[in-house]
This record gives sequence, C-alpha cells and structure tokens, in this order.
Amino acid sequence: MKSNSVILSGKGVTKVFGFGAHKTVAVDHVDFSFRQGEVISIVGESGSGKTTLAKMLLGLISTSEGEIHFEGQLRDIRSHKQKKEYWKNIQAIFQDPFSSYNIFRKIDAVLLDCIKMRGGGKFPYEQKLALMREACSFVNLKFDELTNKYPFELSGGQQQRLMIARVFLLKPKILLADEPTSMIDACSRATILDMLMALRSEIGMTPIFITHDIGLAYYVSDTVYIMERGKFVESGSADEVILRPKEAYTRRLLNDVPKLHEEWDLSTV
Amino acid sequence: MKHMFRQIFQSGRFLVGFAIFSAIVLTVVIYPLFINDPPLEILSRGTFLAPGIYVNVYDSVNFSTRYTLLLDEAVARRVGARLNPDDRATMLEWLTGNGIPEAEIDTADTAALLELWHNNFDSSVRLPGMTNADRNYYIRLTTSLEGLLATEGAIVAAQDTATGGLTETDVINQTDYVNIGEVPNFRVLPLGTDNFGRDVLTELVSAAGVSLTIGLVAGTVATTIGLLLGLVSGYMGGLIDDVILFITNLFTVIPGFVLLILISFSIGQEQRGAFTIAVVIGLTSWVWTARAVRAQVISLRNRDHVNLSKLSGHSIAYILAMDILPYIASYVVMALILQISSGILAEAGLSILGLGPRTTEVPTLGLMMNWAMIYQAHILGKWWAYFPVILVIALISFSMNLMNTGLDQVFNPTLRG
Repeated sequence: MKSNSVILSGKGVTKVFGFGAHKTVAVDHVDFSFRQGEVISIVGESGSGKTTLAKMLLGLISTSEGEIHFEGQLRDIRSHKQKKEYWKNIQAIFQDPFSSYNIFRKIDAVLLDCIKMRGGGKFPYEQKLALMREACSFVNLKFDELTNKYPFELSGGQQQRLMIARVFLLKPKILLADEPTSMIDACSRATILDMLMALRSEIGMTPIFITHDIGLAYYVSDTVYIMERGKFVESGSADEVILRPKEAYTRRLLNDVPKLHEEWDLSTV
Repeated sequence: MKHMFRQIFQSGRFLVGFAIFSAIVLTVVIYPLFINDPPLEILSRGTFLAPGIYVNVYDSVNFSTRYTLLLDEAVARRVGARLNPDDRATMLEWLTGNGIPEAEIDTADTAALLELWHNNFDSSVRLPGMTNADRNYYIRLTTSLEGLLATEGAIVAAQDTATGGLTETDVINQTDYVNIGEVPNFRVLPLGTDNFGRDVLTELVSAAGVSLTIGLVAGTVATTIGLLLGLVSGYMGGLIDDVILFITNLFTVIPGFVLLILISFSIGQEQRGAFTIAVVIGLTSWVWTARAVRAQVISLRNRDHVNLSKLSGHSIAYILAMDILPYIASYVVMALILQISSGILAEAGLSILGLGPRTTEVPTLGLMMNWAMIYQAHILGKWWAYFPVILVIALISFSMNLMNTGLDQVFNPTLRG
C-alpha cells in the first residue's frame, strides 16, 4: 500500500492570529511531507496548533507564511472553483459530530451533496439511491431507516459513521480526521477506527489523524508527528517515536496515557 | 419546525402580545367593510365635537312620531344639565353674599339649590362690587330656570314669507319623546370629531392601518439592509468587513433621529408621501441589525457545519442562505418585529415635529397627534382627539415588544423558565 510519492508537503507553514500585543503564533514554521498511502498522526495537547494546521491543510483558512504542495505542485486555491477542485481530493471528519451537520438539512441531502460533488448530479435517482445505500451499508447504517431523518436524531457514533459514509462517497485522496473519536464512547471508538482503516484500503486514501491521544496514534499510524506550541518537535515512524521517544514532551504525553494496571502519576501533570 | 411553533404559542407573553396585535390588525381590516366613509371627510362645522350620538333635531321634530313618557326625574335632570359648575359657583357666591351660611348650601344637590335660590333671589338686591353685567347674568339665569320649570311646551312657528309674520305650527311638550330608531338622520361619533371636524374613530382606524404599513415597510427595508450587510460583512471578513463596519460605525455615531429629521426636511413637504417616509425611516435604522447580525455570523462562520458545507463544494451564496441564515432566522424575525415597532414610533416622532408625510392624503398616527397638538386639544381638554391615538401607538408598541420577548424566551434557551 505504501508508495514513495509525496502527496502533501509543506515548507515553513505558519499561521499568526492577531497582531501587535495580541499576536499569537498558532503554527510556527512547520515542515512536513506526507507520503501517499501512509497513515499519519499529528499528536499534541490542546492549544498546540494541530487543529489550525489541519484547517490550513484543508484550505479552510489561509496560511500566513509558507507553501503547501499538493501532489508535487504548489497549491493554488484562491478562487472558489480551485477550492472545489482541491476539496475533491481532501476531505475531513470533525471532532464533534453533533455540531458537524446543518440541523436544517436532512441526511439524504448531506449524502446527495457528495454524489453531486463527484459529478453524479445528473444521475437518475435510482442510481443515486443505490450509491447512498452502498455508502450506508459500508458503515453499518440502514439507509432506508435514515431517509427523511435529520442528522441530530442519530447518536454520536451513528453521526460519525454517517460522516465516514460521506467520505466513502467522495473518495478523496487525503482524509483529515480531527479527533474523530474523542466525543464518542469507548465502544464505538474501535468501530469507527476500524471503519476508517477499512475505508482506507477500500478507496486507497491517505488518512491524517489529528489527535491528543498518543495511544490511538500508535494503534493506527505509520508515521507520527509530535507537535508542541506550533512546532513539530519530533517525527518519525510510530515505533521509533513512541517506543523510543527522544523529546521530554513526547515522554510527558506518553506518561499522561492512563494505564489500567498502574496508578496514575499525577506529579508530572 | 412544528414543535417550535407549538412552543411559541405556549409562551404567555407571546400570546398576549399576539392577541392585542391581531385585534388591532383585524379592526383595521374589518372596520372599513362596515363603515366605508373616507377617513379625512369633514363632518362637522366647528372643532372638537365631544363623543356621543348626534340626533338630527329637524327630523325629530318634523318626521318622527312623538311618544309621551312620564318620567319622574325628567325635570330635575333637565335643570341639572342646564346648571353647569360655573353657574352653581356664581349662585353660591350670591347666596353667601346675602347672608346664607355656606354650610347650608350644597351645590351638588340641584333641587335644594333651586329651592334656596327661589326663596332668596331678588334681582333688586345688589352686592358690593356687582356690575350691571353680573346683574343681567343673574336675571337671565333665573328666567332660564323658570322657563325650564314651566309646564307649557315649546312652540314651533313657521314664517310667512309674504308678511313676515309667524304662525304657530306645532307645540312640543316637555313629556314628548321620539324613538331614535325612527329618526332618519343621526350619527354616532364614538370618539367625537377632531379639529377639522372629522370623525376621530374612522380617522384613527385608517391611521393605524397606514402607520402599520409604514412600520412594515420601514422594518422590512431596515432588516433587509441590516441583514445583507451583516451577513456579507460577518462572513467575508477582511477588507469588505472593514469597509462595511466603517460605514456602520459612521451611522452609529450620527444619531439616527437627527439624520431622519434632516433627510425628511430636505425631501420637502410635496415629495413626502407615507411610503417615502417609511423608506427614509428604514434607511436610517438598519445599523444595529447589521451589527447584531454581523456578530452572530462571525460566531457561526467557523462552526464545523459551515466547514463541512464548504468541503461539500457549496458556493458562498448557498452557505449564507442555507448554513448561516436558518441559524439566525429566529433572531432576524425578532429584530424585524422590533424594527416595525420602532418604525411606527419614528413616524410618530417625525410627524409630531411636522416632518411626517404630507397631510392631504392619508392620516397617520403621528399626523393625528400633530394636528391635535397644533390645535391645542391637550390644553382645551379635548382628550378624544389625542388620547385614543396615544393608546393605539402604545398598544402596537407594547404588543410587538411582548411578542418579541415571548419569542426570545422560546429561542433563547438560557431564558427558558
């Protein structure tokens, strides 16, 4: 599955909010190159700038400095058309499923948007229906029970699965999953992760996990980037970074993972 | 959605406000179906006729069957009505001046006062400082009272055009009555007439309708401008936001009402129709809607559902219409209600300064207040020319504010009790 071609890379990517006395550097000159097919994790605590970086990668906010290259070419998403084209290649799953959907639009509309984005806007309705059924059954949802329902009528786990069904229909090359399981109960968590990994092999995308959970990062990823105060302090293969951490920050993150058979050491927090 | 409507109609405040407001609107709609007089038609000569039923005297004398009713109190009432408080006060003055102790006189008791007057009044007795005019007044008063107490009827006479002599044609007895239903001409003026002699009620209903329309137009204009600027400024950010915010701040600093006065003044009396005034009011009052909408949009634009919509390839117009607008719709409805109510108040404020719509076409609530003020209804005590107008303005404003707070209770979870 791994290949050597770099799908997304960045050089000196920076985001500064505000100016003067209120200046905050959220992301500070980070360099990265994500290879196609790899599972990547960006790990850091709250406020380390990982969500800001994710939004820049998605093109939802602009970069203050630096360049992002997509498939070897400098990313240019100034016009709406270019953005739309870019978003066919990169999609996201957000942290809070309850706020991710427009509460005034039904589930069918959410899925139909995706079919339209993939150029299926003029498909006959039967074909659209079949596509939606296929996507829902991939994530163990029964489409016929969902029609005419609103997303907020589903449970958190179901909503997040619907989000995966969305990605299934869109078939992007990159999926940015921003804390996809942090609002979900522990039982659904493994299901969601398994579905994401299954989706990865199904459509051959490159998933990027943004998480504070270093255990999750170790469980799913090939390459791990550790982020502290807007900078990547350590990166490398998951085994290397997590089993033999060089940085004190990484060790602290590892220390914070609760272990069932040990007493939690609060003195380091 | 259905659930939300049910919730709205469970809010007590909203219901009360809605009931008052619908009552006003229904009156405005239904009243002209029954009484379709032109609202600005001049009915009476003389100004400020008091509220009441006006019966044609000529008709009741000439055409109506007369009935004899023997009512006990008739004479006392007739005299009581003749003696106004001023007459009673001067009678008291004469009586006390002629040695009757003040404690024995009760001016409110007509029968006792008359008896005292009969027993004591003598036109030849002069009080110190009494002028001839005063004396004549007392004599006239006494004659008039005696006339009322006499039992002969009033004589109706016709004039012979050739000789100029009078011929008695009819006698109206004091016990004669007519059935008001048989009198062909009578007019009920529940709120009397105004300074021009126009029926205040008909005028008021028409004015309420015009004022509500002005409020609706002004509110719609203000809310539309405010909403559009707020949406664009809040969502786009950057330079566009700066420019719009600058304009908004400019309008915030200039007091809206002063601007409104200047604009209405510069338009000139001839061009000022009700619609023009409404649009001018709308153009000067969008500021706070724009600011509030902008603030709401800024808090919405970075929400995940907006990001998801962007990732689904939707255009800015689509996102504004489908992902932002529905979320602030309840707020915009509330703002619209307040704008309508303040539009009505602004029109009243302008008109009372004489800068409202020109006066020849339609009445508005503000114009009615303006007319009442110019013709000094408040000084003359002609309450019916201005009090009902104030009441209607207050009720419209009150009901809309009630509806607004009712909606606020439903839409704003932190206020739910």
